[in-house]
Amino acid sequence: MPIKTEPFYLNIGPQHPSTHGVFRMRVMLDGEVVVDVEPVIGYLHRGIEKLAEGRTYTQNIIFTDRLDYLSSMTNNLAYCMAVEKLAGIKVPERAEYLRVIFAEVMRISSHLMAVGFFLNDLGAMMTPVLYMWREREKILDLFEMVSGQRLLYNYMRIGGLSQDVPAEFMPAMKKFIAEMPRYVDEYDQLLATNEILLARAKGVGILPRETAIDIGASGPVLRASGVKWDIRKMNPYSIYDRFDFEIPIGQNGDCYDRYWVRMQEIRQSIRIVEQALKQIPDTGPIRADVPLYIRPPKGEAYGYIEAPKGNLGFYIVSDGSIAPYRLHIYPPTLINITALRDMVKGWKVADLIIIFGSIDVVLGEIDR
Amino acid sequence: MNLLDQFKIWLVSMGWPGWAAYLVPAITGIVVIIAFVLTVVIVFIWWERRFLGRFQIRTGPNRCGPEGIFQPIATAVKILLKEDIVPEKADKILHFLAPIVVFVPILMLFAVIPLSEGAILVDLNVGAVYVIAISSISILGIFMAAWASANKYSLISGMRAIAQMVSYELPVVLSLVGVAIVAGSFSMIKIVETQNIPYVFLQPLGFIIFFLGALAEMNRCPFDLLEADSEIVAGYHIEYSGMKFAMFYLGEYGVALAYAGVITTLFLGGWQGPLLPPILWFLIKVMLVFSLIVWMRATLPRLRVDQLMSFAWKGMLPMAVINLILIAIEVLIIPHSLQWAMVMLNFALAAVLILLFSRLFTLGGGRVEV
Amino acid sequence: MTVAINETEIEKKLNEIFPGSVISSEKGSILVDKGSLLKVAEYLKNAPELAFDYLTFVTAVDYLDYFELVYRIVSLKYNHSLIVKTRCSDRENPTAPSLTPVWRAAYYQEREIYDLFGIRFEGHPELKRLLLWEGFKGHPLRRDYL
Repeated sequence: MPIKTEPFYLNIGPQHPSTHGVFRMRVMLDGEVVVDVEPVIGYLHRGIEKLAEGRTYTQNIIFTDRLDYLSSMTNNLAYCMAVEKLAGIKVPERAEYLRVIFAEVMRISSHLMAVGFFLNDLGAMMTPVLYMWREREKILDLFEMVSGQRLLYNYMRIGGLSQDVPAEFMPAMKKFIAEMPRYVDEYDQLLATNEILLARAKGVGILPRETAIDIGASGPVLRASGVKWDIRKMNPYSIYDRFDFEIPIGQNGDCYDRYWVRMQEIRQSIRIVEQALKQIPDTGPIRADVPLYIRPPKGEAYGYIEAPKGNLGFYIVSDGSIAPYRLHIYPPTLINITALRDMVKGWKVADLIIIFGSIDVVLGEIDR
Repeated sequence: MNLLDQFKIWLVSMGWPGWAAYLVPAITGIVVIIAFVLTVVIVFIWWERRFLGRFQIRTGPNRCGPEGIFQPIATAVKILLKEDIVPEKADKILHFLAPIVVFVPILMLFAVIPLSEGAILVDLNVGAVYVIAISSISILGIFMAAWASANKYSLISGMRAIAQMVSYELPVVLSLVGVAIVAGSFSMIKIVETQNIPYVFLQPLGFIIFFLGALAEMNRCPFDLLEADSEIVAGYHIEYSGMKFAMFYLGEYGVALAYAGVITTLFLGGWQGPLLPPILWFLIKVMLVFSLIVWMRATLPRLRVDQLMSFAWKGMLPMAVINLILIAIEVLIIPHSLQWAMVMLNFALAAVLILLFSRLFTLGGGRVEV
Repeated sequence: MTVAINETEIEKKLNEIFPGSVISSEKGSILVDKGSLLKVAEYLKNAPELAFDYLTFVTAVDYLDYFELVYRIVSLKYNHSLIVKTRCSDRENPTAPSLTPVWRAAYYQEREIYDLFGIRFEGHPELKRLLLWEGFKGHPLRRDYL
């Protein structure tokens, strides 16, 4: 006589060590096998889009820091680019090079954190996290030299940067970039062929290519599924067309490919920064001449960049006054979790956690 | 003739009545063992936190006393001062009994571990089998804790516990029998005394299987899915706080000490060693085994539950059976004086078997159609 | 470079196939009539020389007379992009056809527009509030909310 079993609901609640932020999933389990998952979000909703309608364009830069709080330089960059597109402002050369350097170093820091916590979800007990944070501490020290802050920088302004870098920044940055490839090789040596990592992550949580395009995924999630789409190459913004770098593409779209794509992107970012450090002009203006209250002409603009998590965009509608009429933020991670249900069906509870960790979400961006 | 028997004979010769001469050495032995366990567990907690810190490029706790040696005492005091919360829907009797059922068998294990030459509480002639039998009782306590907590996370953990701990008993027992065949008896003191060459060299495959099986019995990484911090948030002891949680915590390090002692006795030669007093050799070897356990915790990620089960049944069990058959054949064929030949033969066979199994046995996959 | 496709040609082509669908066009965007939005979207996705298979953002703007829905679609094959707009004039119960059957990328974004603006999407598989809690009264991003 077969035993009567029924599926039950488990609430992987807003407070949990492994949902990266306040994220809730209602999971329907049959034993250990996941039958259905429903994400519930909104626990960190602060109403940034509504607040932005009452503040000037420069005051809104503060809000963009707090979106994806682990990579605030790239958020600032996307917003400033959108306003500059709307108002027709041209950014000086030295400021462009410095923006590229900061954006790429921010990408390295964000990917180190993502990979470290992916391995922490696997159970490796904080050891990979602490190894990768050793480098991230150096990055945070560099940023503190420049903006005075370790996490939420508020450094870029419309038309350039807020202030020039101090004299000790360039030698420190050159030293960091010179020794970084050795550390990335060390991580690869320790992790890439680890038997347990391969057993847990290869073939798990596959996102097929057509599904990835259909749901509008972007960033490492899209590239791991085999789609060659990186905005820095397909639609170069700022001065990215002057640098020579490659785009790593995965093959299967499983968790291991997403981890691998992020590690390769760290190497490509190091390449870009090396080239930028050679080409940067030594002196020059840091900001274009913009008035205190910018009044862009009436119209709309969409400025978007390749942030570490994906395609981050800002859609701004202006009616000629000092505050935007409508500011809409396009978050890459909200779109990336559209396919969570497909990726997780049939796997076990332990796999649900690592599939979710491999998408690499930050709740500040999802909830805005 | 162990020390307690000598003590008893001396008391009888002093004129004490029979029952007192039986009771006083027994109580002395029990008090010494409990003191030893608690002291060494405190040292283990400190050593694990410092050593894990060195693996993770940081110093461990170093504020509380010189080099942090009072940190475990501070942890113990903190846990004792916490409020004891019992959930409303929990089964009160089971919730109360579960830590006891987990902790007491671990103390009982120390009755057959020889700490030094002749320093054993009771020299059972089935000592090794007693170890396996008593350590199985803790599994029941873990499931009681998981069931009585009225919490879905601990229920998942309890189901995993039964599966994991039952299936890893088998390879452990089979490699133990391999040791007993070479030694000629199950008694722990005899096993140590017959080890001219430590059995880790004589049966490397048996040592590896016993070590991995013991890791799974202790719920340590890479098999710690019962209390997987990142998935089910502390598993079976989610709803425990205060002294009951302290019992689980001490029990975890106590069973690590017990199994380290058992591995030292069975495979590393117990208290034998050239210059230092035997108790120091025992402590050094126990510390080495524990450092190996902490090293595995720091480096490896954790397995999934179905991968764990297939590793036990399809990977370790056949190897344990083959190991047993090979050891039995060797004991029959090779005379006692040529034991070093057995060493080389066993290393070669172990290398061949491990390579063969690593080719045949893969761990991936696991998707179920829903 | 992602080129913005020539909007006057698209307007002409669409008005031949679905007469009266495209109302006007300006720099890089076309304004489509609400009733034929679904047909136009399916044509844009499936036509072999256009191949718009990737939907980026979906948003709404509250000009006080009407709500304007803005969609941006990209073709990964030909690397061109287009912005499609449509308008809903009803203030009390605005509705619009849902594009989730065509591009699944619209799933969460249409739920968010329903949550913050109040526009109901017909044909959406599961239209409920996303960022605010069930039982919240009002739609905050409208210009007359506070």
